[in-house]
Amino acid sequence: MTYLDHAATTPVLPEVLAAMTEQLGRVGNASSLHASGRAARRTAEQARERLAAALGARPSEVLFTGGGTESDNLAVKGISWARREADPQRRRIVTSPIEHHAVLDSVEWLAKHDGAEVTWLPVEPTGRVTPEALRAALGDGSDVALVSVMWANNEIGTVSDLAALAAVAHEVGVPLHTDAVQAVGQVPVDFAASGVDALTLTGHKLGGPMGAGALLLRRDAACMPLLHGGGQERDVRSGTLDVAAIVGLAVAADVAVAGREDRAARLAGLRDRLVAGVVAQVPDAQLNGAPLDDELAGGPGRLPGNAHLSFPGAEGDALLMLLDAREVECSTGSACSAGVARPSHVLLGVGADPDRARSSLRFSLGSTSTEADVDAVLDVIAPVVERARRAGMSRA
Amino acid sequence: MRVLAAMSGGVDSAVAAALAVEAGHDVTGVHLALSPDRQTLRSGARGCCSVEDAHDARRVADELGIPFYVWDLAERFAADVVEDFVAEYAAGRTPNPCLRCNEKIKFSAVLDRARALGFDAVVTGHHARLADGELRRSVDAGKDQSYVLAVLTAEQLAGAVFPLGSMTKERVRELAAERGFAVATKADSHDICFIPDGDTRGFLARKLGEQPGPLVDAATGATVGEHSGTYGFTVGQRRGLGVSVGDQRPRYVLGIEPATRTVTIGTADLAGVREVRTGAPTWTGPAPSLPLRAAVQLRAHAAAVPCSVEASPEGLVIALDQVQRGVAPGQSAVLYAPDAERGDLVLGQGAVLRAG
Repeated sequence: MTYLDHAATTPVLPEVLAAMTEQLGRVGNASSLHASGRAARRTAEQARERLAAALGARPSEVLFTGGGTESDNLAVKGISWARREADPQRRRIVTSPIEHHAVLDSVEWLAKHDGAEVTWLPVEPTGRVTPEALRAALGDGSDVALVSVMWANNEIGTVSDLAALAAVAHEVGVPLHTDAVQAVGQVPVDFAASGVDALTLTGHKLGGPMGAGALLLRRDAACMPLLHGGGQERDVRSGTLDVAAIVGLAVAADVAVAGREDRAARLAGLRDRLVAGVVAQVPDAQLNGAPLDDELAGGPGRLPGNAHLSFPGAEGDALLMLLDAREVECSTGSACSAGVARPSHVLLGVGADPDRARSSLRFSLGSTSTEADVDAVLDVIAPVVERARRAGMSRA
Repeated sequence: MRVLAAMSGGVDSAVAAALAVEAGHDVTGVHLALSPDRQTLRSGARGCCSVEDAHDARRVADELGIPFYVWDLAERFAADVVEDFVAEYAAGRTPNPCLRCNEKIKFSAVLDRARALGFDAVVTGHHARLADGELRRSVDAGKDQSYVLAVLTAEQLAGAVFPLGSMTKERVRELAAERGFAVATKADSHDICFIPDGDTRGFLARKLGEQPGPLVDAATGATVGEHSGTYGFTVGQRRGLGVSVGDQRPRYVLGIEPATRTVTIGTADLAGVREVRTGAPTWTGPAPSLPLRAAVQLRAHAAAVPCSVEASPEGLVIALDQVQRGVAPGQSAVLYAPDAERGDLVLGQGAVLRAG
């Protein structure tokens, strides 16, 4: 099996499995006062400190959540509500059309049910949001509740300069949230240095467990809770701490960040060979997103493990099925619960025509990827594309 | 063989897919999303392809260990089946959308795409026998679906596999239960999948608008009532005419004329027909030499009647041995060669143009 869908989820790291298994064997609610509770709390807080250290945050800025979707919902809704409560003028949310659906749908829900107004940021053809575009969208910022711009795009892998964007937002006193689910462990992410006010991350994109994520939230950022109850996480997020999952998340983030530089170089090398090999066999294949060697503020401008290609005349769905039948696992973009393929909102958002958007595939490499994985794709891609083209672009 | 199993989420297609796997085929499951705005949950026994149905199909595919995909055919279905359905009613005819779906979607759009992608055939849960290119009625007469498959050509049938034709529906449910499929007890779907509330007249009224016109009694030529659209009627229909003529004898729809919006009704003695004329026929195998003796079925769930079939300039002339009622233009006249032992053989069909 050739697994090239690390942007969907990653294999759990052995260190994570060991740490979680050990913790799962222990009793104790981190909110309890007795010895078992104290032990659980100690473990959870060690994990919080470890996660904070890996990402340049203070431990008190780490709110554990149930994953990326919850963190995005909490930041978008919670910060918007808190800002509006402080000043009812602040009804506007500034975001990009290529955000993950956890952000997009939260914003659209606020617009539909809660009187929010939305300003959609223009995006470069590569998928990048520029500081100039943000500055223009903000105006004097007095009516803006929140800016939300993803650190790295989950489909086409384009990285934006969040430090520059945060600086622009702060010029007019507006907080900025970023979904960094794909960025953490792939590109340098330092919460304090970036200046962003809130940052979403999740465990299962890092070799950690599913259902475990965090929102890094600056101490001075006001945020209303979505989940009310015991107030475990700074009174912003309630729910008994899942200590084993938290341990797994912290170990995964630590390992991923510590090994980032070496891994990024290795994955970029594999990825570049994959793209070059595919284009050599399918000359009209088109790379989506930023150039492979793109750089941004001293780091990669494109996720090192991301290869996102369009194959004109072939449907992404058909390509995926044919590759699946040949034991190559990849994706047409973000998974859709209903299972019906729609043209990617990301590709449409960067100005691609619907046919190009429907004819795309994402290969995403990760820690377990090897030269053999690249070879496996290159062995089959030409006949797969040819056959998919025979099936055509009909909507059948 | 490499086969594509069309999986609706119902018990029939689940068992058909399972039997294909057990027969040693390389099976891939596909759920066809046919509605542009799919409901999250099923409502009642009607309708189809809700997200819940897709989930049911996926559950079975996962248990079978086969790949599973959802193909979005909503646009094709809307154009080839739903619009055709509305246009046929608007023209005063009574279409069969299941037949059209088999002809244009399952064994055309889906089969063509499957073949292009390297599959040999499409497996479905239809109740009909298919062996050596011969399409025959199901063993289960009550569930037989050969009528809505009769439009398929030899070329289409060469790419079809119907594993359920030689078993009863009861047996299908047993096989599903034996395999632990949750859909073993799922209710059968009924009626027209894209009209989930079952109100065809209401559906057509929304599509075509109110088109009031007269109800005319054939015997007297008198207008005996009003209707809100000819599309609300089918030739042979008795119920729901909304009129009561003096003699209190039951009236049947005899004819529909959309140009004048006239629905003609009459008594039973006027409703019988002995001869049916169809458009160009399709044959499930090599075209038979005409004239021929056969049995003809004139609508879904009707008994077939013996007949003589001759060629005509527009298609076929079918002379019925017994008088029939309720022969509606637009329905398919399906010809069978009766065979009690192996199941009646489907010869082909032609769309009814008129009957008299």
